[in-house]
Amino acid sequence: MTESGHYIVRFRTFVIIWVLLGTLTALTVVASRIDLGAGNIWVALGIAATKSALVIFFFMNLRQESRLFKIGLLVLLSIVAIFIGLTFFDVLYR
Amino acid sequence: MSETPSRYGGFFTESPRSGILGWVTSTDHKRIGLLYLGCIVTMFIVGAVLGLALRLQLFEPGTGIMEAQTYNATFTVHGVIMIFLFIIPSIPAAFGNLLLPIQIGARDVSFPRVNLLSWYCYIAGAILAVTAIFSGGGPPDTGWTFYVPFSTQTTTNVNLAVSAAFMLGFSSILTGINFVTTIHRLRCKGMGWGKLPLFVWTLYATAWIQVLATPMIGITLALIFVERIFGAGLFDVAKGGDPILFQHLFWIYSHPAVYIMILPGMGVISEIIPVFARKPLFGYWAMALSSLAIAFAGSLVWAHHMYASGMSDMAIMIFSFLTFIVAIPSAIKIFNWVSTLYKGSIQLAPPMLYALSFIFLFAIGGLGGLALGAAAADIHLHDTTFVVGHFHYTMFGGTGFAFFAALHYWLPKFFARMYNHKIATLAWALIFVGFNVTYMAMQAVGIQGMPRRYYDYLPQFGPLNMVATIGSWILAVGLIIMFVNLWRGIRYGTPVGKNPWGGATLEWEVPSPPPMENFGAEDPVVTRGPYDFKGVIADEP
Repeated sequence: MTESGHYIVRFRTFVIIWVLLGTLTALTVVASRIDLGAGNIWVALGIAATKSALVIFFFMNLRQESRLFKIGLLVLLSIVAIFIGLTFFDVLYR
Repeated sequence: MSETPSRYGGFFTESPRSGILGWVTSTDHKRIGLLYLGCIVTMFIVGAVLGLALRLQLFEPGTGIMEAQTYNATFTVHGVIMIFLFIIPSIPAAFGNLLLPIQIGARDVSFPRVNLLSWYCYIAGAILAVTAIFSGGGPPDTGWTFYVPFSTQTTTNVNLAVSAAFMLGFSSILTGINFVTTIHRLRCKGMGWGKLPLFVWTLYATAWIQVLATPMIGITLALIFVERIFGAGLFDVAKGGDPILFQHLFWIYSHPAVYIMILPGMGVISEIIPVFARKPLFGYWAMALSSLAIAFAGSLVWAHHMYASGMSDMAIMIFSFLTFIVAIPSAIKIFNWVSTLYKGSIQLAPPMLYALSFIFLFAIGGLGGLALGAAAADIHLHDTTFVVGHFHYTMFGGTGFAFFAALHYWLPKFFARMYNHKIATLAWALIFVGFNVTYMAMQAVGIQGMPRRYYDYLPQFGPLNMVATIGSWILAVGLIIMFVNLWRGIRYGTPVGKNPWGGATLEWEVPSPPPMENFGAEDPVVTRGPYDFKGVIADEP
């Protein structure tokens, strides 16, 4: 949040995000019980990434921040994706 | 530390608080740098004594001075101390703190209190590490890598040792955050990115790795804790876990960590070579950007430590290929240092002797690294003493020699006194010879098949082990002479002025020792490059 501006997020938005997070958590549990082979990993990581994005953009107010912070986050996420991706060259080809 | 020239004391005498409190509560970057330096040198001496004990044990086959368990504990504690308490913080935390703000024309780092906090985290980590040796189930015996499943099952004091490394990680992250912010925000007028000293560039690249990679080791070490205390099964095959996953997580940090260790050393060498060749550094931008390239490429090669772990062949091929890429920016640095020397007016002062040794030893270590990076050769060499020799060529021959070079180059600046050059040269010669005898013999016996981390060995490995141990004694004598000479130098040496070497970077324009806040009433304005020696002459000795 910039020093000059103070954004007020409606209470309803927080509740919606909270419900969404709960739903996605339930979806993680359900997806883990269905055998999708290597697809299980992609589903689990996809849901986790979505949940993280909701928390960062809404609860941590990245939505209202400058582009620099958003690019910074994107770079960090790319690095994590590279780490996980390279690890999968081992896990998936064993 | 307290005895400085009577005529002018700089930051030694200008602190708002006097005595020990003036040091342990100071937020001045130079005082914090010296606090780090004192602790780091102490830890180096402790680690070196343990290393000597290991070599003494291996002097000849059979049980010598210690049993197997003691040997395992000794090499573990030697590794933990040397890696986490000496090499990682050595140049960035000690010399980075001492010099970074002055070299960019700033009065301190961006977050001085966080800087002091990082030192307290280091001290807490050091206390935990030492306590781990003398408490619980005895000193940890896992090696500094804490590999599972052994680390989750051994009854030795792994929990405390892991906590120590965890705490030291915080110290490293705090330093990294401080340096990135300081370099971005506090450069003085005229100090563009193209005018930054190369030491600052390498600290910048290092700081990014510290910030981005260190949390990985924190998480990994916390998982060992979870395994040991709750039996979570993350790395236990019987519970659906994966022990190789630990090695991935560990090396995702610990391989970039070797660049945290070596990059600042490369920065030191880039400062020293132009000054003692009296020539601008060859290929400034190639040198600056190669630091970033090493930091980036070095973060993608971690699994080359794992070729023999049971990892997939596909991963072995990919990580082997990526490993060879790191050689390119590393070679750029070597070639540019040599090119800087070409037709230079070379002065073989003690800092330069260590800097030249760095190039020689790091090149040997680097080429050994290529042999290990090639999967086929690695299968033969994996877990032999060749790896130990290679690691010491890069880390001790590299970072260690760069640290000694930095001591000889910058201590006269901060203490305003000069050590004895003849004794320093003698010490360098002993260290250089002792080093090569020790670690070349270790590499040779490794190629013959001698396994690492064994307290006893077959008789055919005897002669080279004896040579390596004798080499370690020569090395130890050289180190003792070097430290005594430096200590006597900063206490009783000849007083020197602000620029004894004829350096062109900003630290040589302020008095020796530098004053509090580094510069007078007015901030400096930079108008020339860090290696522009026109009109710069050294003080008369």
